[in-house]
Amino acid sequence: MSIIISGETKVIVQGITGHQGRQQTLAMKEFGTKVVGGVTPGRGGEEVHGTPVFNTMKDAVRKTGADSSIVFVPAPHARDAVLEAIDAGIKTIVVITEHIPVRDTIEFIEYAKLKGARIIGPNCPGIASPGIAKIGIMSNSIFLKGDVGVVSRSGTLTYEIVNALSRSGIGQSTCIGIGGDPVVGTGFIDVLGLFEKDDDTKAIVLIGEIGGTAEEEAAKFIEQYVSKPVFAYIAGRTAPQGKRMGHAGAIIARGKGTAESKIEALEKAGAIVAKVPFEIPQLVKNYLQGVSTKNAVRMD
Amino acid sequence: MRLLEYQAKELLRPYSIPVPKGFVIRSFDELKEMPVPAIIKAQVPVGGRGKAGAIKKVMNSDDARNAILQVLQTNVNGYFPKEVLVEEYLNIAREFYIGITIDRGIGLPIILASPDGGIDIEDVPDDRIGRFVVHPFIGVQDYHIREILSFIEVPERASTLAWKTIKNLWNIFWSLDCELLEINPLVLTDDDQIVAADAKMVINDDALFRHQEFSELEEELTPLEREARKNSLVLVQLDGDIAVIANGAGLTMATLDNLSFYGGRGGLFLDLGGTDDSKKVECALELALRAKPKVVLINIFGGMTRCDSVASGIISVKNELGLDIPIVIRLKGTNEKLAQEMLRREGFHVLEDLDEACKIASELGGS
Repeated sequence: MSIIISGETKVIVQGITGHQGRQQTLAMKEFGTKVVGGVTPGRGGEEVHGTPVFNTMKDAVRKTGADSSIVFVPAPHARDAVLEAIDAGIKTIVVITEHIPVRDTIEFIEYAKLKGARIIGPNCPGIASPGIAKIGIMSNSIFLKGDVGVVSRSGTLTYEIVNALSRSGIGQSTCIGIGGDPVVGTGFIDVLGLFEKDDDTKAIVLIGEIGGTAEEEAAKFIEQYVSKPVFAYIAGRTAPQGKRMGHAGAIIARGKGTAESKIEALEKAGAIVAKVPFEIPQLVKNYLQGVSTKNAVRMD
Repeated sequence: MRLLEYQAKELLRPYSIPVPKGFVIRSFDELKEMPVPAIIKAQVPVGGRGKAGAIKKVMNSDDARNAILQVLQTNVNGYFPKEVLVEEYLNIAREFYIGITIDRGIGLPIILASPDGGIDIEDVPDDRIGRFVVHPFIGVQDYHIREILSFIEVPERASTLAWKTIKNLWNIFWSLDCELLEINPLVLTDDDQIVAADAKMVINDDALFRHQEFSELEEELTPLEREARKNSLVLVQLDGDIAVIANGAGLTMATLDNLSFYGGRGGLFLDLGGTDDSKKVECALELALRAKPKVVLINIFGGMTRCDSVASGIISVKNELGLDIPIVIRLKGTNEKLAQEMLRREGFHVLEDLDEACKIASELGGS
């Protein structure tokens, strides 16, 4: 099983004729995703890797019955593209585009809430359920089908950890990158709730980073509502205060949003927190093999 | 982009937010006329000026001379001011705090207001800070302002002015794509005027493309940081001796953490981002070398980024500049085999495992 996407999910690629749009359309198809169409205004009637291109989202949805979309539209036009998708009746919209003004993000997320649509991202690598489908840009080769759910704020760090899990023989149910911006459409708590309900997810890996308080809030949620084991890693333990570490959200401001406070909150909630990414597979393995995590050998 | 106080105040004026009369100078010699008494304020892109002694009240131009000279030599949390703001002294009856920012937890703008203005907001107890969420689809409504004015106890006689000020602050925040707009203190003068005595404004960098009004302003960055930004790279200078180039902010941070696990100290955070352009890689490596590290650690997990582009960038730098420090390279992902061959032919040792790469880089960096 999987969360958010299924084998029946029909996807439109917004910005399909761009470099990224073309390349990722092919990769998604190879992964097994039903990519039923693309949209680039003014390019209707063309094809990309056998996928029809439409001028508008309304047209694309009417002709293909799509329920999901992925957005590769450049930042200045991303807001318009997402609003168009919502109005066309799309229910899951994965926004890959980075550097979208936060004001635009707030507006399209709020509009999505009004219309009952889910936004994943922006500035995210998307979602993948190995063996089923993916709406995103994560390398196909890193995944292994299995029963660990992965949720992360960071793109390439997700690849690193998913790859390490797969190499250790630990497969994934669904991997979702929620995005590194200060405001995102789907947060840790949403995903934790979905993994908790998903019968095919046995354990959860949560990858956080410095900045904001999303991990602390996730910890409270875990304490109250999550019965499955949670393994976590927080990036930025060595980052200095006041410096923005690449992601718009990754900054320690006035001593808040530090790795320490996040690690402490997660540990208090019963999560096992790894010091460095490469610890994760061993910690998960120990648990899945029935070894009590309390007795697991910590690598510090 | 964080604006200096005087830059922020210039943006408040067209929105009818009253600010004190004043002007900016770079040295005492530029001081032609002076309001008496006056306040001399260092212009730095960080907080803590008051505590550092970089804000002074002066009574005459002799005082002003000493104050300006002193303030220009004051280190405020690592920054020496290049400019000082000379402003009329306000006769203050009351001070309030108004800040507008984005609450990440709920993903909506929020107005923070306190009757205890003029001090560090971190020192104000939670029950003295009102939090008023503003939904962007309706903006600031009258009822919001009624609640705010009542919470911060603005006297009736000043309420019309305060009302207009809060409404206009919201308009600025939203229309100029601010991440933060903070007026601390918002002052009620003894002749019942409302004045923004200080202003802190942070503009959302991602929205700068639609704001020509900021194109002239330059942010306080180190020369390396500035040059990186011009080349669409994100570079942060740290105080260790191992330069880390990786792709993606999270992975770059994780690589630095992993280094410190082995006792290595990161000297540079350089996020290459996604690229299949070897010129961008060349530029990144050149910038990293200019930071004079003992070792460079390159960690690429290529999805969108192609490992062979990374390899050709590294090889070009070797051929053009020569490399006199060790480069530890770990490449995974798209075209990794091709990249590894290219680099091995040039005599580079290429690793597949991040942990091992961090261990080696730490050993090389520590010696």
